[in-house]
Amino acid sequence: MRIECPICGSRDRREFYYQGAAVALDRPAPDAGDAVWDVYLHLRDNPAGETRDLWQHEGGCGAWLVVTRDTVTHAISAVELASDVKRAMA
Amino acid sequence: MRIAGRGMIDRRKPVSFTFDGRRYSGFAGDTVASALLANGQRLMGRSFKYHRPRGVLTAGSEEPNALVTTGVGPASEPNVRATTQEIYEGLAVRSQNAWPSLDFDVMAVNDLASPYLGAGFYYKTFMWPRRFWERVYEPVIRRAAGLGALSGQPNADAYEKAYAFCDLLVIGAGPTGLMAALAAGRAGADVILADEDAVMGGRLNAESEIVEGQPGQAWAAEVVAELAAMDNVRLMPRTTVTGAYDGGMFGALERVNQHRARRGTGAPLECFWRIAAKQSILAAGALERPVAFANNDRPGIMMAGAVRVYLNRWGVAPGKQVAVFGNNDDAHRTARELAAAGVHVAALIDCREGVRVQGAAYPVLSGAQVCNASGRKELEAVTIRTASGEHKIQADCLAISGGWNPSVHLTCHLNGRPTWNADIQAFVPTPGAVPGMRAAGACNGVFSTRGCFVAGLEAATAALEALGRKPVAINFPEAEDAAYKLEPLWAVAGKGRAWLDFQNDVCVKDVAQAAAENFRSVEHMKRYTTQGMAPDQGKNSNVTALAVLADATGRGIAETGTTTFRPPYTPVSIAAMGAGGQGKGFAPERFTTSHAASLAMKAPMVEAGLWYRPSYFPRGQERHWRQSCDREVGFVRNAVGICDVSTLGKIDIQGPDAAKLLDLVYVNTFSSLKVGKVRYGLMLREDGFVMDDGTCARLGDQHYLMTTTTGAAGQVMRHLEFVTQCLHPEWQVHVISVTDHWAQFAVAGPKSRDLLNGLLDAPIDNASFPFMACGAVQLGGVEARLFRISFSGEHAYEIAVPARYGAALFDLLVARAEAMGGGAYGMEALNVLRLEKGHLTHAEIDGRATAGDVGMEAMVSDAKDCIGKTMSERPGLRDPKRGQLVGLRPVGAVKQLTAGAFLFAPGDEAIRENAQGHTSSVGFSPDIGTFIGLGFVTRGRQRHGERLRMVDHLREIEAEVEICAPVFVDPEGGRARG
Amino acid sequence: MAELKAQNPFADLLPLKIGGVSVDARDLGHLTVLGDLGNRAALAEALEQAHGLALPEPLRSTENGATRCIWLGSSEVLLIGTPPDAALTKVAAVVDVSDGWAAVQLSGVGAEDVLARLVPVDVRTSVFERGHTLRSQLREMPVSITRNEGGFLLLVPRSVAATMVQELRRAMEAVASRR
Repeated sequence: MRIECPICGSRDRREFYYQGAAVALDRPAPDAGDAVWDVYLHLRDNPAGETRDLWQHEGGCGAWLVVTRDTVTHAISAVELASDVKRAMA
Repeated sequence: MRIAGRGMIDRRKPVSFTFDGRRYSGFAGDTVASALLANGQRLMGRSFKYHRPRGVLTAGSEEPNALVTTGVGPASEPNVRATTQEIYEGLAVRSQNAWPSLDFDVMAVNDLASPYLGAGFYYKTFMWPRRFWERVYEPVIRRAAGLGALSGQPNADAYEKAYAFCDLLVIGAGPTGLMAALAAGRAGADVILADEDAVMGGRLNAESEIVEGQPGQAWAAEVVAELAAMDNVRLMPRTTVTGAYDGGMFGALERVNQHRARRGTGAPLECFWRIAAKQSILAAGALERPVAFANNDRPGIMMAGAVRVYLNRWGVAPGKQVAVFGNNDDAHRTARELAAAGVHVAALIDCREGVRVQGAAYPVLSGAQVCNASGRKELEAVTIRTASGEHKIQADCLAISGGWNPSVHLTCHLNGRPTWNADIQAFVPTPGAVPGMRAAGACNGVFSTRGCFVAGLEAATAALEALGRKPVAINFPEAEDAAYKLEPLWAVAGKGRAWLDFQNDVCVKDVAQAAAENFRSVEHMKRYTTQGMAPDQGKNSNVTALAVLADATGRGIAETGTTTFRPPYTPVSIAAMGAGGQGKGFAPERFTTSHAASLAMKAPMVEAGLWYRPSYFPRGQERHWRQSCDREVGFVRNAVGICDVSTLGKIDIQGPDAAKLLDLVYVNTFSSLKVGKVRYGLMLREDGFVMDDGTCARLGDQHYLMTTTTGAAGQVMRHLEFVTQCLHPEWQVHVISVTDHWAQFAVAGPKSRDLLNGLLDAPIDNASFPFMACGAVQLGGVEARLFRISFSGEHAYEIAVPARYGAALFDLLVARAEAMGGGAYGMEALNVLRLEKGHLTHAEIDGRATAGDVGMEAMVSDAKDCIGKTMSERPGLRDPKRGQLVGLRPVGAVKQLTAGAFLFAPGDEAIRENAQGHTSSVGFSPDIGTFIGLGFVTRGRQRHGERLRMVDHLREIEAEVEICAPVFVDPEGGRARG
Repeated sequence: MAELKAQNPFADLLPLKIGGVSVDARDLGHLTVLGDLGNRAALAEALEQAHGLALPEPLRSTENGATRCIWLGSSEVLLIGTPPDAALTKVAAVVDVSDGWAAVQLSGVGAEDVLARLVPVDVRTSVFERGHTLRSQLREMPVSITRNEGGFLLLVPRSVAATMVQELRRAMEAVASRR
């Protein structure tokens, strides 16, 4: 498996640390309520298809990445800098 | 038997080797199989289950029968295919799965018991009694049925792993692969051409045909020479591409030195390559399939195509009287070439009606089938069934061809399914099954040489276009272009066992039985019969087996479908995949600057993450580590001790928003910390549990230095980067690990300041450097950092210098400490010192502890949000019944405490349901004079003074303990401030 | 007064020469991380003003005589061979890491083959030219690799210097055995 780091280019997956769903970018407010926090921390979709994950190019440039990939074909359709994605969310 | 004038062996270079202790002679270029055949040695192995005598069936890596063990002692290697192992001077080869000898194998009685050993026999036979499963049945079955054995000694050979990159990977160097590589290479693409054979050329080396007016072998050699001269082409012979993976990654095994007796220092036996390719062309060829008939496993029965390989590649005639049996024109080619080489062809038997061969010098039997074979250790005769009945003909070799199966394997590694092609009665790759891969030539169902050239060129052209390169015109070599005609024939009807899977001893009747017992899905049949589950993965039997299954279940082959092809294509040794991981290669070793000094002081080293730290520093008369540990604890409590604490994570945090970051990641507040001060901080995970703890110093208005525990340094760094990049990219803050830059030493004990003042360029006192102060100091002109922090509870400091001075400073500190009645202390003493103070390690903050559990609820600031705060307020995490941190001391007859033991009320049975808590860490406290411990007890903080029963079920230790406050020494904390 | 003697991270492990490949310790002098605080343009200008160096783009390095600057990660570059100018502290996080990295020069015919056994990235001349730099892992160790005139400059954390030498030695022996 290879991931196209927006900074370093195509790299072996060994250089990357896998975190989990990109939901983690959307941290709720402290008073958002149990249901919202539960969704943020624990409730995960398990799609047969497109999913967005957070990875860190820990063994490379150190950038956190949002990787959009298909769980059926394993095809990676997009890799973005998490900081860019987060800024766009604001 | 050698045939003069044929083969690619070097007859001027004889090579001698041994097989089961007997000396044989072959030539450079021979494989074990070709050399043994040339010497008339047909019998090469015994079958897996029935111990039937077996000869070589094929001439390639798909070989199911001729598995041997090479080498001796630790260098021995089982299950080597005699068909791919090149001989070298002194090579020692042994047969497998036979005792006492290959010629006379006691276990051959299994063959007589075959009526009871059919499909699923072990499911039915070895069911009762249950206690026999592991002790009786399994050992017996394992001994009786088997492959080669490992030596049981550590493998002393070197292996390597490596990466390679290319625009285009061409897998297989037969006519298709050579043409593809030539076209891509001439167009300037960055090409890797990998082939499992030692000599590239594939079937061109196996056939006697003319390409562009010269022998195919010569043409192939010319192309290989041209490719070898290109800078942009890398040739990888003896390299099997074993797997296709996501994103254009391939695994490949190179047999670097398997063909050499003498290997240099560090020379690898094998190399496991990971190849990243933008495009790939699969030119893996095809594998010929046998026809099942009674006793079709007799030694001397071989694939028709393999017979041509032995003839043309190695100049070996596999028999004196060869019969040929097939359902297609390719079988005719074998008969023709044998006759041309002067080998007696007993008959050509073609199952198709109305087949005529002009001018054949041998009998041609059309509409006939071979229905049996006789001769136990060597084929003697075959029985032929025609419309007029059955008759025997003498033959010591039978060449069979049931048609060819394209090697579609790699196209299925990403879950692709092959497509049934009725014209060739075989599966072909489904286009697009592996992104970027094109299957071409024989592996795509194209069987003529000319057809393969065309396919190779087309595939290369398409790949070049995908790479954005311009193809160059190539002159097309003239070659044979015969049509491939066959009539399906899978199994000849009749009594007796007819083999499908030679390696796992699976017969037609086993598949029929599976179907009859309703294991009708191909995946079920496979597992019930073990068809295709041997090391060869059923390369020459799977398609025939599922045709038989289709027949038995009344379905078509396409409908029956195939089993799943998974990597690796051929077996890969674990040693190659794990190359470099033996011994010290397993993980990097991180050494502190005091490492050499600690070793010189004979300190046993312990691993802490990747770091190595001294456990204790033994002295003179000390016989037991506890004596050293107690003495070192005394250094710190009474004089001064020195400990290397460089392994703790050190993270430099700078920027206008540095304080904001710390306030978010720590439960307590750091924006209010004054410059020149240090504060203890506790960090939670977002789910409310403790992640790590440590101190954080404010070095400047916008400059902090965070310390983490040794083990969690990586996790905390990643966490900070997550926060700064994923949660607050707008913050102006930069975090960087400076762990390796600083060598840091704890100077702890009542005499610590005296010691330091003897070294610092400017002395300190309690007013200029109070408890929890930090600042820059100088030591002999070297810029250093001093922190007045204490993990031991004593008056203590940590001093940090750039790592280049670490070794010198450690020596100096230890010398000074020794002069003052102290010295170096190790991890054991450090642990006791912190236990006596109730300070935490990851034995306590083990991923399940909350701030409340460890008694630090009050530290969680009400005035701000922090990571983990919201979730830490969940009722379950605030439950007063949760285990709370307590101290424990023994009060009964047993004085020993152990970590990881459970705690029970005195009268309760020691079972899990009754557990009231557990011990997390223990140690012997020289100050208290007994063991002390930390642990978690339900409602523990209200229960100081209560007694509990500690039970360590594993070590079988029970002790009565009293719950107490988790601080055993200096509870007021006056010493650290003094 | 104390006098502290400096020690190099490789002690007596280097130099190393096996086959055509050699490894030599490099003392690069001052190493300073310049951390991006969100104002890249200001950092670029300050670096140019103070040291006559262009701020390197990702995967690139720049040099001005003996002073060099190599890209080190998504938000930082490494200033090599000179103490950082005070002006830099106004526009970047400035961190002294002179003793944090152990540096070697890997050179000779076969140096690329040695790296192919240790690093999962393509460092062949055709794609990784002089002045190019990258961050990756040498086996399990963080590494910075820069191609320079004589071959490659490798930086690893000081604490794993000995492990790096051990891994280089093994790969060099394997490469040498194939020649």
